[in-house]
Amino acid sequence: MSSTDRRPVHVGGEVLASRASGGLVHLSVLAPGIGERFRPGTAVAVSIGPPVSRSRLARRSFWIHEVKPVGGRGLALGLVVEPRGAGSRWLAEAPVGTPLELTGPLGRPFALPQEPVACLLVAEEYAAAPIFPLALRLRERGCAVTLLLGARDEAHLMSALEARRSARAVTVVTGDGSVGRAGRTADALPEVLASSGAEVVYAAGPTPLLHAVAAAAEDHGAWSQVALEVPSPCATGLCFGCQVPVVGEAGSPRSARACVDGPVLRGDRVRWADL
Amino acid sequence: MSGGGEAQVAGLRLRSPVLVAAGCGGTGRELAAYAPLADLGAFTTRTVTSDPRAGAPAGRVVESPSGLVHATGLPNPGLDHFLATELPGLVAQDVRVVVSVAVTSAADAAALARRLGRAPGVSAVELALAPPGGRAEDAADEDLFAALEPHEAAGMVGTVARELPRGLPVWAKVRNDPDRVVAVARACVDAGAGAVVVGDGLPAMLPDGRPGGLGGPAVRPVALACVRRVVDALPHVDVVGVGGVATPTDVRAFLAAGARAVGVGTALLHDPTTAARLAAVLREETR
Ligand SMILES: Cc1cc2nc3c(=O)[nH]c(=O)nc-3n(C[C@H](O)[C@H](O)[C@H](O)COP(=O)(O)OP(=O)(O)OC[C@H]3O[C@@H](n4cnc5c(N)ncnc54)[C@H](O)[C@@H]3O)c2cc1C
Ligand code: FES
Repeated sequence: MSSTDRRPVHVGGEVLASRASGGLVHLSVLAPGIGERFRPGTAVAVSIGPPVSRSRLARRSFWIHEVKPVGGRGLALGLVVEPRGAGSRWLAEAPVGTPLELTGPLGRPFALPQEPVACLLVAEEYAAAPIFPLALRLRERGCAVTLLLGARDEAHLMSALEARRSARAVTVVTGDGSVGRAGRTADALPEVLASSGAEVVYAAGPTPLLHAVAAAAEDHGAWSQVALEVPSPCATGLCFGCQVPVVGEAGSPRSARACVDGPVLRGDRVRWADL
Repeated sequence: MSGGGEAQVAGLRLRSPVLVAAGCGGTGRELAAYAPLADLGAFTTRTVTSDPRAGAPAGRVVESPSGLVHATGLPNPGLDHFLATELPGLVAQDVRVVVSVAVTSAADAAALARRLGRAPGVSAVELALAPPGGRAEDAADEDLFAALEPHEAAGMVGTVARELPRGLPVWAKVRNDPDRVVAVARACVDAGAGAVVVGDGLPAMLPDGRPGGLGGPAVRPVALACVRRVVDALPHVDVVGVGGVATPTDVRAFLAAGARAVGVGTALLHDPTTAARLAAVLREETR
């Protein structure tokens, strides 16, 4: 493989390790070829259920959280799953050794700034998964990284410890105040954005948060890059079932496929009111 | 005859009896990342209309047991943009290109066919006679022509066939409806269709009440029955079977029922390498 071949691959893999932490399950997954092509902001699509009895045909996407070598077997992907519906439960409960069908890395990653500018990274719950590897890449480029992390409660917050390693300043907000400030992530945005002096804001999480980030960035004259989570039945660009309304070139309304034209889009290009 | 390695549909030689079904191969670029398209029998494009369509608001493809219900509203950039930006890329992949079209009226069909007839690199035109939401109220594609009666299908097929140059066949894509498929297929062939594609998604409903079309293994037995009925009634007609093809066994079942070729649709959405794998297995078998 040439180092510039970033095209996704469809591979067989397996669950290497699984660890529950509060309301989230951290999985390590063998997925030959996917880790080598990884850039922060891309996802992997997983088929749900064993092939012999598979009746769920929509795939489920998961952010790639980390990429780690596993002795002699290539690179493993770290995924963070919040078990809630049929697909996420199946994956979260899959015993070590469960074979998986995976496709990835999927979509356009976060675009990195050319200059070492200050950056604010905002995410909620498991959607912080792509934000941590992004923080590392930004630090490598000399960017000052500020993190704003939110969750409904501590059980759904991704490790604040990890956050402190990759950022200069970290603000944590929880809905119930179990860690950090109590309240909504979006409410903390204006203050954190102002104090960070960020020229670029990166965000991942539910749509209302991303909308708030795009608006706040606009107010501060900053760029925003938002990682959208739109139900993506094929996740590979084939079905057109994941359309996001965007502003096209020359300002014309258009739609983009969240799975291949996204998941990361410029916040000022999304037609939020039509989403 | 359709063999494992090659196929012949409406006078066209295809490298494989395995085709990409309409609307399940993206623009072709995405699929080509996983395997070369050149090894497939043909690539059927997403359905194109004269004017650009944004698709249904919150257009969705929703899971149901062993199937997917499609209600996307046929988002597409319109014929002009398609011819300028998508078709050349497909032609460059060295794969036969079947352009799927849906129309709003006979005048629209004639104009569309005239333009496609001049486009380089098109191997056939597939006319969608039963787009999933067609004629259903609330569907984003409710303005599209949907043939419920054989004479309606025949009229539209005839219009397109008359406008296309000799050597560029129209394939009539009809609904997987075992009770009506023979009559509709016969009318289409009499009107000039070079092949019959059986068929479009089964009319279905999303949980939110919007109409859609059901595809995938759930409809496979229905599609097989339709293929068999058309082949029995019209033995000289070339039939392409579409509906839940996912494994080599499925391909063999459709070919055994008399189909010349099969279209892979929903299975690609689950595994983008499906069509390439099936084509390779069939090629291997006839070595
Ligand atoms: C780019 C991307 C990255 C994602 N990353 C993660 C992640 O890191 N961790 C994680 O736990 N989940 C993630 N998700 C959501 C995940 O793909 C599943 O949708 C979610 O786990 C619910 O699926 P389910 O089968 O458990 O639920 P069900 O309710 O049974 O799902 C039914 C259908 O709705 C779709 N759906 C429901 N909710 C969502 C949603 N919020 N986003 C997208 N599709 C949805 C499902 O894909 C499925 O087709 C991501 C989604 C996308 C698009
Ligand atoms: S999910 Fe199928 S095109 Fe995006």
